[in-house]
Amino acid sequence: MLEINNLHAELEDDSEVKILKGLSLTINPGEVHAIMGPNGSGKSTLSYVLSGRDGYEVTQGGATLEGADLLEMEPEERAAAGLFLAFQYPVEIPGVGNMTFLRTAVNAQRKARGEEELSAGEFLKIIRAKAKELQIDADMLKRPVNVGFSGGEKKRNEILQMAMLEPKMCILDETDSGLDVDAMKLVSDGVNALRDAGRSFLVITHYQRLLNHIKPDFVHIMSEGRIIKSGGPELALEVEENGYADLMAEAS
Amino acid sequence: MMPRAKLKAQKRDAAQARLAALSLPQGGGWVTRARTAARARLLDMGLPVKRDEYWRYTDPRDLTSDQFAAAKVLKITDEEPAFSAVDRVKLVFVDGVFDALASDDPALAGVEISLLLDVANTDLHWAQDIYGKLEARGQLPVERPLAAFNTAFAQQGVLIRATAKAAKPVALVYLRSHEHADAIMHHIVRVEQGAELTLLENGPVAARFNQVIEAEIGAGGTLHHVRTQGRDHDRAGSAHLFAQLGQGAQLKSFTLTANGRLVRNEAMIWLDGQGGSAHIAGATVGDGAFHHDDTVFVTHGAQGGESRQVFKKVLRNGAVGVFQGKILVEQAAQQTDGYQISQALLLDENAQFLAKPELEIYADDVKCSHGSTSGEIDPAQLFYLRARGVPEAKAKMLLVLAFLAEALDEIADPDLAEDLRGRMESWLQRHS
Repeated sequence: MLEINNLHAELEDDSEVKILKGLSLTINPGEVHAIMGPNGSGKSTLSYVLSGRDGYEVTQGGATLEGADLLEMEPEERAAAGLFLAFQYPVEIPGVGNMTFLRTAVNAQRKARGEEELSAGEFLKIIRAKAKELQIDADMLKRPVNVGFSGGEKKRNEILQMAMLEPKMCILDETDSGLDVDAMKLVSDGVNALRDAGRSFLVITHYQRLLNHIKPDFVHIMSEGRIIKSGGPELALEVEENGYADLMAEAS
Repeated sequence: MMPRAKLKAQKRDAAQARLAALSLPQGGGWVTRARTAARARLLDMGLPVKRDEYWRYTDPRDLTSDQFAAAKVLKITDEEPAFSAVDRVKLVFVDGVFDALASDDPALAGVEISLLLDVANTDLHWAQDIYGKLEARGQLPVERPLAAFNTAFAQQGVLIRATAKAAKPVALVYLRSHEHADAIMHHIVRVEQGAELTLLENGPVAARFNQVIEAEIGAGGTLHHVRTQGRDHDRAGSAHLFAQLGQGAQLKSFTLTANGRLVRNEAMIWLDGQGGSAHIAGATVGDGAFHHDDTVFVTHGAQGGESRQVFKKVLRNGAVGVFQGKILVEQAAQQTDGYQISQALLLDENAQFLAKPELEIYADDVKCSHGSTSGEIDPAQLFYLRARGVPEAKAKMLLVLAFLAEALDEIADPDLAEDLRGRMESWLQRHS
């Protein structure tokens, strides 16, 4: 599904700041991978480089989604190809209704893939059902995108977008940040409902607790721009127990 | 800065020179008296010059001179004129001259409608109390000589009096036929106690235009005013709205401007009666050699009034937007709620927004706020939309329309609002 090979990236405005330093990772269809690591290890940058945000320069290596070169595509093309990033800080967009935004996005992706666009009626039917599962009420759908949403509402809204867009490769960037226990359960249930053999996940997190809800097949520890250790779910428990210091010392 | 006396002399000379070859329209009666008084006002004030503080951001020369540039008449085939879908009574002006054959029967609107041309010798008391009177009042504290010029020389215009809720909106439709037409129009509106009227205006008017509306809204009356200044680009013009509101009266005025080499829209609003409400809003899109000036002055003269000024401008490629807006709260106007926002979205580095927001408050128990910003499309918002699969052009369009939304929200009728939103969208598509 996703193949990252020796990826190097630095800040576009300051080539002295090298963030990713040779990161490689292979995610097969249906797998859930977690990346954990201390602050500043490059986790969020990885999600931005993969999704195509401005400001980073890839200097070496590459990334493909189902064999297609991701880095050559515009952000919207990556989305249409099946990549989805659940933002750590979902963006507020005053003046654009949540529903309008989602319908525009769904239909833009369908159009890009040569599929028929959804009618307003069809769209409404689908979104109502999915919003209900995530306990998103009609008011949240009508309001401008993320404006006045609580932290938990914003994250639920991200998962709703994911559910509507049905991507193949989902990257969750610290989706647990700012969530209380109940909200975390709700968001995790939303993610778990989307797990299937054709869909893969990359879960970026600081803490092991999210992984109690979204159970990964593989856990990777990231430090200074690359993966320093990979293992199964037990690796996350080890981090929870001992912190990152031992692992980092081991790797250096 | 030039000494005051010297500036005044220069302005008076300019007025003398401009009026030398002009004589007041024939007529007689009260209209002629109003014209004569306006002419005298104008000679005393003089014509605006670039050095005037009030004309600091907009060069008045093309509006005051006896010379003006020809403006190509645009044949628009890719969209219906604004308000086409509205069940309205159309009064058509071609190059600023009333065209009876092209117009609907005025009686259908359920309001009294006369033409300025016809009323000079009729004893129209309600109109006599307004014509030139609100304009004269509006010369303080800041002079508006172009409006006095209009009162003196306008021969065209309609006088509308609503005594109840109008059956249909009255729509003034401005068509063009000549590249050189110089249109001067003066409309009078009287909304009686508890009555309601919707006044629509659309079209590019003329190569050059000078328009005045004087509106008096009686206690509990409502005036909705929605105006579009259409797509002909070479035109230059000024429009003044003077409105005086009684107790609990409401005014909503919205203007959409697309293109136009030089346009200055002034609004002078008085909330004379308790609990009056005035919302003045505008959405403007300009590309290239475009200069658009909104100059608004709202005076709260009585207790418990509410006013909003909402102006949004989308500018690119050298376009210039100007906003001069003032909220004046007099001592008697306690519990005033005043709001003013002017914002520009600059789509590239060549566009420019000049703003002068002002508050002047003499009452001690009021709520007033104002803000003015200019900025570009937020890259974080743009990326968020694109990351969800929305193509860049479409994402920008959504964000520009979102920026304009607060102004469009000031249009009370949702169908009209949707129509104008669609026009904005088409314009943005053509200019993307």
